[in-house]
Amino acid sequence: MPHVKVHVQFPEDKIKEPVIYQIGHEYKVVTNVRRADVRETTGWMDLELTGDSTEIERAIVGLRTKGVVVDPIELNVVE
Amino acid sequence: MATMKALVCRECGKEYPTKAIHVCEMCFGPLEVKYNYEEIKKNVSRTKIQDGPHSIWRYADLLPVEGPTFLGLHAGMTPLVRAKNLGAHLGLDELYIKNDTVNHPTLSFKDRVVAVAITRARELGFETIACASTGNLANSVAAHAAAAGMRCYVFIPGDLEAAKVLGNLIYKPNVVEIEGNYDDVNRLCSEIAGEHGWAFVNINIRPYYAEGSKTLAFETVEQLGWRTPDQVVIPMASGSLLTKIWKGLHEMKYVGLINEVRTKINGAQAEGCSPISTAFKAGRDFFKPVKPKTIAKSLAIGNPADGYYALKATAESKGSMDMVTDDEVVEGIKLLAQTEGIFAETAGGVTIGVLQKLVKNGTIKKGDLTVAYITGNGLKTQEAVIDAVGRPVRIQPSLVAFEKTFKMGKNGGGDS
Repeated sequence: MPHVKVHVQFPEDKIKEPVIYQIGHEYKVVTNVRRADVRETTGWMDLELTGDSTEIERAIVGLRTKGVVVDPIELNVVE
Repeated sequence: MATMKALVCRECGKEYPTKAIHVCEMCFGPLEVKYNYEEIKKNVSRTKIQDGPHSIWRYADLLPVEGPTFLGLHAGMTPLVRAKNLGAHLGLDELYIKNDTVNHPTLSFKDRVVAVAITRARELGFETIACASTGNLANSVAAHAAAAGMRCYVFIPGDLEAAKVLGNLIYKPNVVEIEGNYDDVNRLCSEIAGEHGWAFVNINIRPYYAEGSKTLAFETVEQLGWRTPDQVVIPMASGSLLTKIWKGLHEMKYVGLINEVRTKINGAQAEGCSPISTAFKAGRDFFKPVKPKTIAKSLAIGNPADGYYALKATAESKGSMDMVTDDEVVEGIKLLAQTEGIFAETAGGVTIGVLQKLVKNGTIKKGDLTVAYITGNGLKTQEAVIDAVGRPVRIQPSLVAFEKTFKMGKNGGGDS
């Protein structure tokens, strides 16, 4: 089953929203959080998305639509 | 040599074999190389280093390679210039410029990290080397791959300037223009690195590649007569260079080459892309990603992989961070050129601009032995200064016109 490791960063107004839960319900992907730091004004998570490739793509678009910054687990690799 | 012990997760400490992997399978933290310092200590000495090759490979005992065959044989050992004129201008008694504008073969500090990456890639059996880049890294990877006879793929965003594309094509790698923005390039390269058996220098080879930056610390200390500087000013893109200079200084202590590290680490960014400096100035230990908008394109990384670690290293050293406007970047480039005869790319303007700020606000003091790292050549970013350097004086082809323009009498003298 395809899986993608991503780093997501939440804007301040999304900190309290259950974004990861929502993504798991809206798309056919399994979300597996491995590391996270969520505070009052910021938050990030390293997680794995598992599912069909098209569903993973849709989930990433869905996260971005909610205002979440999604990067590869390596963050910015273009140097 | 076999001085590498393992790859180790920077977050959870889990160890892995020294293969082409870069992410911890447990916590997804980044991996870095762990060395056997006790073993290195038995083999390394100042004399051995000084008798070694005139390149980064004189420090091979502290680099993540098995040896004894290396690639990129001429990278490093760039001049450490005593910058008396710039020092006098800024009010510093002992200022040095570590001048990587003349690094071999592609005139930037990337030649150090790529020499290490391609050597390790070859040791691990790779025949194809790749990178995602907009400039200096692509140049260096393409040049080293050509010299090593390796297949090479360079991935660039579709909207890159023609001059930068040409700088890669000349080495005849496979240059892949991706129709999309930086985020799309990022994502695709990460996926390709996961799917194909290639050495992606800044992805799956990153734990080794990044270690090459330590040679800037090693060389500085050796060139200063085995002394550590009081202050260093380092440009930050991913933040990796800063963290590795800090690591390199401490490794020299671990293996007995120096007795103490008393260096304050200072990071420099451009205002238009300053996630790390902004976090530092706000007293935060985390940064917020930004959309880069600066002429300092070689530092334009909005979500820097080592940003957190750069903040940590700077805090540990009791150093500082600052940022400068694009106008200050241009002024910094001009100031360095006009005082020391060194033409730096925009990242160098960032370093000099921030150095100037740190002196003005008292962070760096008159008597501090200070080293500023200039990481790339100005010939690569001429567009940044094209409107700021004036025009040639145009005259008719006659002696009278020349002397009149420069107000010279029959016996010479005068000036324009």
